[in-house]
Amino acid sequence: MPSTFETVTNIIAETCDIPRENIKLESHAIDDLGIDSLDFLDIAFAIDKAFGIKLPLEQWTQEVNEGKATTEQYFVLKNLCERIDALKAAKGV
Amino acid sequence: MRIEYFLLVDRIVSLSIEEGVVRCEATVPAESTIYEGHFPGFPVLPGVLLIEAMAQTAGWLVLAMTRCERFPFLSIINEAKLRNFVRPGNVLMVESKLIYEGSGYIKTENRVLFESAVMCEATTTFRVLPFPSPVFQEKLVAHALNIGFPAEFAKNVR
Repeated sequence: MPSTFETVTNIIAETCDIPRENIKLESHAIDDLGIDSLDFLDIAFAIDKAFGIKLPLEQWTQEVNEGKATTEQYFVLKNLCERIDALKAAKGV
Repeated sequence: MRIEYFLLVDRIVSLSIEEGVVRCEATVPAESTIYEGHFPGFPVLPGVLLIEAMAQTAGWLVLAMTRCERFPFLSIINEAKLRNFVRPGNVLMVESKLIYEGSGYIKTENRVLFESAVMCEATTTFRVLPFPSPVFQEKLVAHALNIGFPAEFAKNVR
């Protein structure tokens, strides 16, 4: 069974046509991989479907806009994968 | 259709949040200056207007789902296929079906039918955001109610 990171890598590579070797655990989806908010909608949809969860994008965006969180907390892939794993665990997936 | 006002569906025929389905009727105008260019001697409704008709149809469903509190901004169009020419006077049925409700976004599958033939189809993604203006919200809801939007979903705004 692929790891969360492997699945996310595949989704990003296929959705945004980014070479897999460029996608690393420490990559920032926006700053390093150049993924914009519109592309991230497609990625979020694919992640939701792949893992049976719902990424709380609205909450994350609000927290970043209000200065309560940094984009690194949500969009560095290591952190994103940890949040996916936490959402999976909470749902019992 | 009132193309000059960019109102591309005439009436909401049915809307079910439980089924996640909405159907709207749209009659293609017999006359329009658009046909002078698209195309001389062979009037065809431009495909971009059919895509907008699908987006507006899906929009009524999203508006109902949010009880008119949020507006769906068209953001992504996937897999658009324009299968047949849509001609002046055609009475179209535009259908949208919810396929996913994400956090702050919604995806729908849509198609336009004429006499049960599929004229076009597309998948659309909308960002669902608070209305940017109360005037916009009030005017949109008023128009919605005029074309058959179920009043039960507009109680918060009226």
